Amino acid sequence: MTRVLPQRKDQVQCKGSGASPMACERHSVAGSVSQRACVFCGSRVVLYPVVDALHLIHGPIGCAAYTWDIRGALSSGPDLHRMSFSTDLREKDVIYGGEKKLETALLELIEEYHPRAAFVYTTCIVGIIGDDVDAVCKRVGERVGIPVFAVHSEGFKGTKKDGYRAACDVLAKLVGTGDTRGISPFSINILGDFNIAGETWMITEYYRRMGISVVSTITGDARVDDIRRSHGAALNVVQCSGSMMYLARRMEQDYGIPFTRVSYFGMEDTSQALFAVARFFNDSEILARTSDLVEKETARVMEEINQYRRHLNGKKAAIYVGGAFKAFSLIKALRMLGMKTVVVGSQTGNAEDYERLRAMCDEGTVILDDSNPLELASFSQQKNADLFIGGVKERPMAYKLGMAFCDHNHSRKYALAGYQGMLNFAKEVYSSVMSPVWKFSPRAGKRGAQ
Amino acid sequence: MKRNFTATRNPCKLCAPLGAAVVYQGVEGCLPILHGSQGCSTYIRRYFINHFREPVDIASSNFSESTAIFGGQSNLIQALENVLNQYEPQMIGLATTCLSETIGDNVSLILNEFRKKYAGKELPEIIYTSTPSYSGTHMDGFHAAVLSFIQHFAQEGPRLDQMLVLSNFISPEDIRYLKQVLADFGIDGFIFPDYSDTFDGETWESYRRIPEGGTTRRQLQSLGQCRHCIEFGASLDGTVSGAAYLEKSFGVERHGLNLPIGINLTDRFFEVLSVIAGRDIPSKYLKQRGRLIDGYADAHKYVFGKKAAVFGEEDFVIALTHFLFEIGVVPALCATGSSTGTLRREIEKLSNDYGHPVIVREGADFEDVASDVELIAPDFLLGNSKGYALSRKMKVPLIRVGFPIHDRIGGQRILHLGYQGTQSLFDNLVNTLIAHEQEQSCVGYTFM
Repeated sequence: MTRVLPQRKDQVQCKGSGASPMACERHSVAGSVSQRACVFCGSRVVLYPVVDALHLIHGPIGCAAYTWDIRGALSSGPDLHRMSFSTDLREKDVIYGGEKKLETALLELIEEYHPRAAFVYTTCIVGIIGDDVDAVCKRVGERVGIPVFAVHSEGFKGTKKDGYRAACDVLAKLVGTGDTRGISPFSINILGDFNIAGETWMITEYYRRMGISVVSTITGDARVDDIRRSHGAALNVVQCSGSMMYLARRMEQDYGIPFTRVSYFGMEDTSQALFAVARFFNDSEILARTSDLVEKETARVMEEINQYRRHLNGKKAAIYVGGAFKAFSLIKALRMLGMKTVVVGSQTGNAEDYERLRAMCDEGTVILDDSNPLELASFSQQKNADLFIGGVKERPMAYKLGMAFCDHNHSRKYALAGYQGMLNFAKEVYSSVMSPVWKFSPRAGKRGAQ
Repeated sequence: MKRNFTATRNPCKLCAPLGAAVVYQGVEGCLPILHGSQGCSTYIRRYFINHFREPVDIASSNFSESTAIFGGQSNLIQALENVLNQYEPQMIGLATTCLSETIGDNVSLILNEFRKKYAGKELPEIIYTSTPSYSGTHMDGFHAAVLSFIQHFAQEGPRLDQMLVLSNFISPEDIRYLKQVLADFGIDGFIFPDYSDTFDGETWESYRRIPEGGTTRRQLQSLGQCRHCIEFGASLDGTVSGAAYLEKSFGVERHGLNLPIGINLTDRFFEVLSVIAGRDIPSKYLKQRGRLIDGYADAHKYVFGKKAAVFGEEDFVIALTHFLFEIGVVPALCATGSSTGTLRREIEKLSNDYGHPVIVREGADFEDVASDVELIAPDFLLGNSKGYALSRKMKVPLIRVGFPIHDRIGGQRILHLGYQGTQSLFDNLVNTLIAHEQEQSCVGYTFM
């Protein structure tokens, strides 16, 4: 039997039994072993791929050490984002304050690395010791002539989602400060793709082939100067809606830029995304090029995907991801491979997301919000999942139980976006599910009997 | 001219709660709780998982804004209750973080409240360590947690013919090796902390709430009655370490040793064991030693005069440096993230003995290491996988040892200690240098 903490009972549902809405967007329960990180983590992952900015973490060393080179967000140029900078606050800084240290650290680093902007992440204790980080940033910014902003990401001040918002606040300050001359009317910003394994490049290339230019990519392979002029684009195309909707709304409000929510995971969603953008511009040539692209790309990968499907048909999957939007796409992508989703959950979904998940899933599917290792292991075992899709923290759990695993995290090395991404996904799922090693697993003989 | 930066750039150290969590993971039936933000637990879990490739559950009291204002009592009590409910641990290892320390939570008081609330009920032992992340490094957290356990459990009692090994932060494979060594000497002894199974276990038929293995409660209860305690780590000499406490309070004889890497340091370890056990070194180990010397002879030319840059935890770096000197490698740079003075003291001693100058960096980060490496142009780097960026940039091979190893499989199964560990380290080192030369060569030699 799965033991669910009393405080979490309304964050666990089984489709088909009861219809009360999912309780979500809560602070994690103390002692539950949530898979979430903190506010700082939310900000750090969103801003991390801004490759020509200086990212300075104001706090004791841990926060910087654990997030050094944390994402596989690729750069086509500078790689300043891959360095880990910390003010490394010590006992005496905690007593006397860290402002001076911060200011000196900032000035030295800016002089050495010539970033186009600097972001100062505040961590838990900075809020407590009362450093006026905004004032330091303002002073330094004026002195060195680049934007220097505090990212208010004290770990305890909410959840990872609040960290996304703090990151968007900073991005919103950059937007609108650049020159928009010469931007094509057929132009977009790509929001919410982080160029993991070069995904932003693949997507940008699709748009280029459609005849649409990309002003800025926020934040995959992002450049500060592009973000500053991104208000010149005609449309914001938003993926990973959890982290970037706030910025999209701000830009709509401040600059009248409409947005559309998309996903590039799975062929169905990718095609839908590209057509949605094409339709927005209502240009027959763009539409024709889009149809052509979708047709060609689909044809290129379909045969191989079908080969994998033949082997994977009927297998069962459990999904646990950060944002619920990704889960929607994964369910569809798995269906394309003939696979059924038996457990699905997210760290940061909202009520609307869970409603949609419930509508998508088959009867009996377990739906989870802000879950923990015991629940995830227990439900995926109970539902006899053959495959688990998740991040680093879920991986050893799946392997311990002799379950195949697909990495859908920040550090993966294979692109999962777009048409090629669907092929990579099918291949990865196939190589894990079909591996002969599982037959040695103690659970192998017991499967199906549960 | 190298300039000094106020900021730490690419840290060569981790924070104290991580070290405490390693120790908690090495105790049977123990579940760790970090008293702070959710991120501390999750980041540390992720850091462990990427190295050990095992499930690691660490709970958090998960501070919110009101917790930071009104104190962590209700959150910590809730965390304890939920951990008891979900995990049914035999023990709970509690460590603070920078946040709970800065707001000044009195954890002992909170724990008393908790015990009062559940008076009459059987509660697991709760061991608490203060680990403010703004002081020291993960190794301070590690040693502090070791001391907390010892202070919590050690008690008077009849002296037992038993030995304790406080083995420092070593790999699960190292722990297994030490256990074998004790057994082969016929010594009744145990290792603390023993995460050889919890951090490197078998596959499961169904999910375990807490992985099997670890130093047992019974062993911990007998700490004060041990006759001998071997404590690895030069940095612990003269400090209030676990072994020093046991010696002072319970008369347990302390044997402070370096981590046994290389022939010289391993010899000292085996000599101590031989005296304690009152018997000769088992022939198995004499043969291992003999083979190692034979290996040194076979390959001495490939390593002689080569320059190395070594980085990592100070006690580990010190032991590795002993080994490098004894095979004729010049450890031109020795760096660590901590600043206790031990590394400088020990390495300067060695440097004088061998008559080779060594650059010693305490409180170093990887950019400090990088600028020294540019200057000294070493033939290889020796340390954890965080040195890979530097290795790639400088086109100098990295030999991966210690923690973390995030870019290879099997970091938990690297054996560093004893003649056997030294043998594999030596072979790896030699082969890395040969491979590097082979790849650079315009002739594809198929022999050495």
